[in-house]
Amino acid sequence: MAALDPAANVPTARPTLGARLVAGKTFPILTVVVALVALWYAFAVYLNAPWQLDRYAKAEREWTAGELVRDTLNQERPVLPSPHQVVAEIWKTTVDVRPTSKRSLVYHGWVTLSSTLLGFAIGTVLGILLAVGIVHNRAMDKSVMPWVIASQTIPILAIAPMIIVVLNAIGLSGILPKALISTYLSFFPVVVGMVKGLRSPEAIQLDLMRTYSAGAGQVFWKLRWPSALPYLFTSMKVAVAISLVGAIVGELPTGAVAGLGARLLAGSYYGQTVQIWAALFAAAAIAAVLVMAVGFAHGLVLKRMGMAR
Amino acid sequence: MSVFLLAVLFWLAAWAFNEWLVRRQPESRTQARLIGIAVPLIFGVTLLVLWEGAVRGFEVPFVLLPPPSAIWERLINSLPILWADFRQTFLKAVLAGYVLGCGSGFLVAILIDRSPFLQRGLLPLGNFVSALPVIGVAPIMVMWFGFDWPSKAAVVIIMTFFPMLVNTVQGLTAASSMERDLMRTYAAGYWQTLFKLRLPAAGPFIFNALKINSTLALIGAIVAEFFGTPIVGMGFRISTEVGRMNIDMVWAEIAVAALAGSVFYGVVALVERAATFWHPSIRAG
Amino acid sequence: MRDSSAAIRQEATAGDGAALPAEAGAGARSVVEAKGLGLTFQTGDGPVRALADVDLSIGRGEFVSFIGPSGCGKTTFLRVIADLEQPTAGSITVNGMTPQEARRRRAYGYVFQAPALYPWRTIEKNVALPLEIMGIARAEQRQRIARVLELVDLKGFGNKFPWQLSGGMQQRASIARALAFDADLLLMDEPFGALDEIVRDHLNEQLLKLWERTTKTICFVTHSIPEAVYLSTKIVVMSPRPGRVTDIIDSTLPKERPLDIRESPEFLKIAHRVREGLRAGHSYE
Repeated sequence: MAALDPAANVPTARPTLGARLVAGKTFPILTVVVALVALWYAFAVYLNAPWQLDRYAKAEREWTAGELVRDTLNQERPVLPSPHQVVAEIWKTTVDVRPTSKRSLVYHGWVTLSSTLLGFAIGTVLGILLAVGIVHNRAMDKSVMPWVIASQTIPILAIAPMIIVVLNAIGLSGILPKALISTYLSFFPVVVGMVKGLRSPEAIQLDLMRTYSAGAGQVFWKLRWPSALPYLFTSMKVAVAISLVGAIVGELPTGAVAGLGARLLAGSYYGQTVQIWAALFAAAAIAAVLVMAVGFAHGLVLKRMGMAR
Repeated sequence: MSVFLLAVLFWLAAWAFNEWLVRRQPESRTQARLIGIAVPLIFGVTLLVLWEGAVRGFEVPFVLLPPPSAIWERLINSLPILWADFRQTFLKAVLAGYVLGCGSGFLVAILIDRSPFLQRGLLPLGNFVSALPVIGVAPIMVMWFGFDWPSKAAVVIIMTFFPMLVNTVQGLTAASSMERDLMRTYAAGYWQTLFKLRLPAAGPFIFNALKINSTLALIGAIVAEFFGTPIVGMGFRISTEVGRMNIDMVWAEIAVAALAGSVFYGVVALVERAATFWHPSIRAG
Repeated sequence: MRDSSAAIRQEATAGDGAALPAEAGAGARSVVEAKGLGLTFQTGDGPVRALADVDLSIGRGEFVSFIGPSGCGKTTFLRVIADLEQPTAGSITVNGMTPQEARRRRAYGYVFQAPALYPWRTIEKNVALPLEIMGIARAEQRQRIARVLELVDLKGFGNKFPWQLSGGMQQRASIARALAFDADLLLMDEPFGALDEIVRDHLNEQLLKLWERTTKTICFVTHSIPEAVYLSTKIVVMSPRPGRVTDIIDSTLPKERPLDIRESPEFLKIAHRVREGLRAGHSYE
């Protein structure tokens, strides 16, 4: 009862700007990011120093601490490239090169992104369809669902190279094999989330539909589908992230020539650490954009349905 | 062709049998349980039969998709190799990385527990990193820690760290304000509140991370091996045998990985049931 | 404001003070002493005055009920006594100390609206929780648990988990937990609010017996008039916006109270006065 007391549990307002900054999220996140970058620089110096010192020794050169720091942060093949080197590489490969060039990160990013999106779309549609089947058919629920759950424990990504190779062998190449891996990966979270969502209406809500003697289709479109949407979007966020992982891993085998995964592999073959880090950051940026896009759609749909918090 | 038709017939029969099974009113709990196990099992067997029938019936080339029987034969005949791979990848890289990654994620969560500032800074970042293709750090780890299993363990550590951090931090806020007030009326100290209330209340969250991580760990270790290994390991075997078109060996390796992954997950889930028996989601099940 | 409440207080002591057994010892130091107590919460919509100018003195061995509509600050006042909220004006002492000191010395047991039992502990272990925190020896713990479980009629349920018991039994267990460490003061915040009428009657009766046997001081928040009148030696009527005391009624009912005392004219007279007080303080503009 007293939980209704307006007085109870009301946080104290924090009036000053400084306090608001500390209490909010932006400032702490910025602080942590700045700290991480500083840590990164420190590690770059520490990890790159041995090789640099070795070179100084070979050249029999005197060196100062300042020189050491400067040189370690600007090696050509550092153990750990410094942040500004990575930024410079990203800049060089996105802005300075034409997007269609094989050296452009935009080009490789697009290759990965397109198969991610294709796979994600197919996987989501298939996942929704299977979930609808599972919810409406008891035998399907009992027999398929345990395997859907069990299959999540299986390292599906391990199959990725084989699928690529096998599909290449029968003449399928290009975007589709990779998209299939993304499909496979994004399929399961959608099935699990959607089954949960379609089952989320409570017994009274279903009973209400029954009192109207609503048909199965009406129950589905007027009750089950709207209640499932929040679940769908939550699992789509997971699905899109894992789709991207699938596409990248799908680019690892067979000496693939295009895509962020191929960039990673090539970088690791030739010891191009800066290239690896640039590809990593590109992948992170794509992941962030994709997850945010799904989150944005989520917010939009909830708002239209009047379910926004 | 007739083989395939037989398989389809088997599938239809099994499907009908399953339909019949799920419509039965079980007379006892054990019977209900048996049905619960039998139905998916029959479904799984049906899939295998259908696979076998389709491959034989349509004479699918062996390199494309070997029949389950051939995979089984290959698996039985190459147990020593498979065991060596399993030991290299699972017993060394996965387990070491899993323990260290989950452990450090948990410890960091406890360490930043007293600093709301750090929590607000680290939690969104942790959530963000969890959505990233972290597996991409594999080539870097291979460069830093060499070809053998430590580099794979490092990948696993990085992949499992953030889910554990995020879930533990969230779990530590799971205790209700009333439960906390109760501790306050006892004038309980920080550590007493932590051990007697907040950690037990965080249990379901921590186990959630442990389950997620059990899958991630295996994936991480196998994929990291694509970037370079000594000549043993599950990922190594998969990538080289694919290159040699020994697809049956690849499937055998995948079967082992699937079994290992399921058992790993199952063990964590069992421990969870024992440790968080009180949680409504487990009480109901 | 201040004048009127002071006047009421005078009237109350002048009227019924003599009938109170608990205040017979004139020198008895009061357990809770509040003077001009005020508490203002800062919220997003501006300040909210949860308590204003509360003057109250609670003597040893009294059973005091706080009654009023939601938002009148009765729970807040209880939380101030328990040092779960800090007042922003006036002064309050508990056993002659600040509430914080009193809390640190484990001066009171608190019973919340919900049982707030920890689901991962058995009933026995839940009752043991405060004893563990206060560092009481194992053997002594066992003794006390047995004693308080018997006191609340839960003997034989010690090994059950909270979720295996009914709501009434859970709340009784939470009372046992508050009694376990033998504090002289018991603070109860609508402990029976969520229970049905019959269970509630039963628990009221048991609580009265328990109070008689243990001679504790009890502060009891409720919004049920019959409950307040039936249980209390003193009824504090409160009204909202801002939360303040509008009437203090000393009960003339005898200490021995069978349930059917609730139909006696005397009972109805007091209930009537409480209702009048509630109405006076609560205009529905």
